[in-house]
Amino acid sequence: MEYPNRPTETAVQQIPDDWFQPIEKDLNKAEEVARPSLSFYKDAWIRLKKNRLAVTGLFFLIVLILAAILAPILSPYSISEGALRNQNLAPTASHWFGTDSLGRDVFTRLWYGARVSLFVGIAAALIDFFIGIIYGGIAGYKGGRTDSAMMRIIEVLYGLPHLLVVILLLVVMGPSLFTIIIALTITGWIGMARIVRGQVMQLRNYEYVLASKTLGASTARIIRRNLLPNTMGPIIVQITLTVPSAIFAEAFLSFLGLGIQAPNASWGSMANDGLSAILSGDWWLLFFPALFISLTMFAFNVLGDGLRDAFDPKLRR
Amino acid sequence: MAIYLIRRFLIMIATIFVIATLTFILMHSIPGNPFTTQDRSTSEAVQENLNAHYHLDEPMLIQYGIWLKSLMTFDFGPSIKQPTETVNDLLSRGFPISAELGMWTITIALLSGITLGVLAALKHNGIIDYIAMTLAVLGISVPNFILATLLIQQLAVNLQLLPAATWSSPMHMIMPIIALATGPTAIIARLTRSSMLEVLTQDYIKTARAKGLSPAKIVIKHALRNALMPVVTILGTLVAAILTGTFVIERIFAIPGMGKYFVESINNRDYPVIMGTTVFYSAFLIFMLFLVDVVYSILDPRIKLHKKGGS
Repeated sequence: MEYPNRPTETAVQQIPDDWFQPIEKDLNKAEEVARPSLSFYKDAWIRLKKNRLAVTGLFFLIVLILAAILAPILSPYSISEGALRNQNLAPTASHWFGTDSLGRDVFTRLWYGARVSLFVGIAAALIDFFIGIIYGGIAGYKGGRTDSAMMRIIEVLYGLPHLLVVILLLVVMGPSLFTIIIALTITGWIGMARIVRGQVMQLRNYEYVLASKTLGASTARIIRRNLLPNTMGPIIVQITLTVPSAIFAEAFLSFLGLGIQAPNASWGSMANDGLSAILSGDWWLLFFPALFISLTMFAFNVLGDGLRDAFDPKLRR
Repeated sequence: MAIYLIRRFLIMIATIFVIATLTFILMHSIPGNPFTTQDRSTSEAVQENLNAHYHLDEPMLIQYGIWLKSLMTFDFGPSIKQPTETVNDLLSRGFPISAELGMWTITIALLSGITLGVLAALKHNGIIDYIAMTLAVLGISVPNFILATLLIQQLAVNLQLLPAATWSSPMHMIMPIIALATGPTAIIARLTRSSMLEVLTQDYIKTARAKGLSPAKIVIKHALRNALMPVVTILGTLVAAILTGTFVIERIFAIPGMGKYFVESINNRDYPVIMGTTVFYSAFLIFMLFLVDVVYSILDPRIKLHKKGGS
């Protein structure tokens, strides 16, 4: 291509040679990125930190978990024994959240209740997680008939009225922490399995999976090493949102009298005790368990929302 | 369409069958029988007669057969605890009340949830958005049974504005409906807001605006119609949640709906009532899920029902 009459050419020629200086630069470093590279999680963490509500939720949950672990140290009172002289005391300096109808300290019982609620929530979420990723991973990766058959099973299970199954199970197996967790996970893993399946189906056609397959990786390895790490975002969000629904379910069952049995405390059973007490004006028996159930669910919900935004910036409002 | 409907119908039948079998197995593994909880001591002969009357002396397989037969004919027989009444009587008495509570709840949740969500999306990042979304997260976080008890404490005990229990007048219905509708309202509001925000950035909204349509018309006719699809998708789960919610709400407000019979019958080992209510509840729920799917396909012409996969 010829460009006749280019004036710049003559202009360049007029610049004396000594105006040019060699640039002192290592050509090997030309490809280097100026800022430190961020992994997916670091990037998400930076975005999460900007969400004040989510950070508050995270902070609350950390404090709550610490308090639940340290429950015996936090308070001088016992969970099951109360002084009968101290029945139904309103909150005072020695009993911060008052006492119940047996003279037990509500503040103490709340932290023991936190143990139950958090344990149920986290255990249910973890079990859902393991069953869900295995089932969903296999269904999504295998596809075809396997997937169809596995999805039909899910569809049948999905139709089961969850609460009826839970109540029936609790009556059959007797109320205990273990039964509650079993009952909650028996249909709870379905949501996780569906999410994992959808994600895996999307990812399994990517080149890096093909590459892995060509190199002779087994199905289990491909699912474990190639597919699951890339679906972690939605999975973590789902876990964060499973925990509050499990906490709610436990509280709900204990409230119906099917959950944790006396003298152990859970927030649900304490709220149930409090229900009869409000008629006589002892509001603190209902108020504090209710407040803590709500705050914990709130914290998990805002944290889950925050994580969802952090993992998927496109969705950001 | 027809193939899809048939497939869904078969799954429906399979699910109900699984539930019926599960209920049967679980129920008979509950320790005790309907007569162990009675105070009056019955003589052995009377006991045997009673067992024979309710087929409790037959082998399990025969009992299972009898159970399946009663399922086919929708005749669950008399209650063991209240022999003068059949399970069908109890259902026809309890269900309309539960259904009334449920229908009001879902209507109010839909109306208020969609309104809140649309307002929040239109005033995005404004004060209304902020208030609406804070309310929504609160609504999701406060369990319905706690809201119900707080309502009773404030409105019925302290202020004495509303009656605290039973189900006899519109005044009695206000608190249970508020307690039950708050959670679903919050969920619907959040969903509507996020899908509305997405839809509002679409090109066809710009086109509508460029054509000079009034903002109200754009929102109602062009944006909302598309933004509501996710709401329709979760309606099925929502109906399930509300049905579950009626259990505890009915208990707190002493409403004589279905939930009461269910919990009572389990405690009493009243086999026919347990089986009747469980299957009825499940069948109703499954039918609602089915209905939601069909409605969804009618609303969104892009969804082809007979296509497989992609749940």
